[in-house]
Amino acid sequence: MAPVQIRGTVLTLRRVDAYHALTLVAPAIATKFRPGQFITIAVGGPETSMLGRRAFAVHDVRPDHGGTVEFVFEARGPGTRWLASLRARDVLDTVGPLGRPFPIPRDPLSCLLLGVGYGSAPLFALAARLKERGCSIDYLLGAQSADRVFGALTARRNGRSAAVATTDGSFGARGPVTALMEQIIREARTDVIYASAPVPVLREVTAIASRYDIPVQASVDVPMACGTGVCMGCVLPVTGTDGITRIVRSCVDGPVFRADLIRWDDIGTIPFDALGAPGWKPAESRYAG
Amino acid sequence: MPADMRARLGQTELPNLVLAAAGCAGAGRELAQFIDVARVGALISKSIMAEPHTGNPAPRLAETPSGLLNSVGLQNPGIDAFLQRDLPWLLSRGARVVVSIAGQTIREYAGLAARLSDTAGVTAIEVNLSCPNAEDAGQPFALDPQRAGSVIAAVRGSARYDIPVFAKLSPDVTDIVAVASACVASGADGLSLINTMLGMVIDPVTVRPMLAGRYGGLSGPAIRPVAVRCVWQVRAAFPAVPIIGTGGVRTGRDALELLLAGASMIAVGTEIMHDPSACSRVLKELEEELAALGADRAADVTGQAHGTHGRFSRGPASQARRHSVDGTM
Repeated sequence: MAPVQIRGTVLTLRRVDAYHALTLVAPAIATKFRPGQFITIAVGGPETSMLGRRAFAVHDVRPDHGGTVEFVFEARGPGTRWLASLRARDVLDTVGPLGRPFPIPRDPLSCLLLGVGYGSAPLFALAARLKERGCSIDYLLGAQSADRVFGALTARRNGRSAAVATTDGSFGARGPVTALMEQIIREARTDVIYASAPVPVLREVTAIASRYDIPVQASVDVPMACGTGVCMGCVLPVTGTDGITRIVRSCVDGPVFRADLIRWDDIGTIPFDALGAPGWKPAESRYAG
Repeated sequence: MPADMRARLGQTELPNLVLAAAGCAGAGRELAQFIDVARVGALISKSIMAEPHTGNPAPRLAETPSGLLNSVGLQNPGIDAFLQRDLPWLLSRGARVVVSIAGQTIREYAGLAARLSDTAGVTAIEVNLSCPNAEDAGQPFALDPQRAGSVIAAVRGSARYDIPVFAKLSPDVTDIVAVASACVASGADGLSLINTMLGMVIDPVTVRPMLAGRYGGLSGPAIRPVAVRCVWQVRAAFPAVPIIGTGGVRTGRDALELLLAGASMIAVGTEIMHDPSACSRVLKELEEELAALGADRAADVTGQAHGTHGRFSRGPASQARRHSVDGTM
């Protein structure tokens, strides 16, 4: 479904522990949205000096006011601090829904939904879709500290199980989420993992899941500047189903990828065997330039 | 009546003079989700090379005050994929396509121009001279008048006679008129001014350069005054050479500024990343600016900032006249 550019009106902006949740009236985006997709917002007002759009995974869409879209963010830079200062009825240049959504299985599977920090925000809309297909949902949420675990209450209410791990031990188990993963996989007989977390965590999740032969759909958190595919900023090396590695844009080819196709160890590099890399040679030189 | 926004690019009449700048419009498909690409004056492709090119590792982008610093490193699918996939799609949508080419040797540029000459539907060739010269320790061609001229001569020599060749110049030179002069003498039909400016951002937390490529090209409104100055200087030296003005155009007012400095077309670049419908918005705003000036044709304002008596003025002079007529002075 093609994205649209609209002027979305702020309905509510509320604090959720360490984060902010902003709800926009955006019917054209809400009706097209599929879980895992994101929106981008132009920040700083009409005369802004901040040219990069800010990308946010959609947390929830609701039918009220014709259709609303909610996203969760942390105020940690000038753009997100500006967003945190908005009030109801402010208007935002909004584009969406963007990117590849989480694929939904046809069969009722046992699904593990793993989220770190506010990265867990897109998992709850996904869970609703999975439940429609009869899937059972186990949650594994993590963060630095208790105030940075997003959605634990919802997870406890909606999930067959919900585990939490924090680095400082202030909520749930002390340590990384990946330390709890294997036990959950075994007990829940997990068929598929959906993960939304920082790249190092996703890499670890993928490694563990591969030992159990469990497919992972990973939503990567790579900084973006445009969200529409023109700036070429959010790239990472991904192997295609044809076996060829390409430098792809996470905004148009992702943000959700089959995790086994991402070359996690090569993120931030140009692998020598990527199509068009400096050492790369075409099968036959068609061009004698 | 709205002003006539048409422009001529070689044999092609463009419906309007607002273009999408190279490397800022993707393959066109990205923008077509938001605007009708047939209504953009022309779409300048990302720079195409002889072979596919991965570009640089991430991080490639940093936001700076009113600017973006990028070291994408000319990631492109190569001429074969461009001709098989991207160009036909753009033409099927009714877009006019200017193909930006980049090469690491003069032969590569000439070979690309020859390939494009065998292809229908190429409105013009824009020569990205900011590509590192493999035969000159990676020094970009654009920094040296003689080398820039050699590329243009080779491209002009290989390109079909009816395809205009525009040289895209870098502002990172002491004397841009000297580079423009060499390009014009080598047969350039027009000039694109300006490419990005080399810049750098250091992350105070990691105490390392923010970009994997260390340096990057600075674009956006931060460099607009540089673009206006370059267009002005080149226009003053070569009043008959058409100029595509580009550099930090964000609004119709910015577009007008480049036209007044001497551009006959303008290209919207970085603003497309901030606003995917920027091309159509800037066109609409420019129409309003021209109406306010009382200009019937966009072409009439080109270079009007030169000389002492501009044909169009809303400034103190005209206000003074109106005031004196009103007897309020």
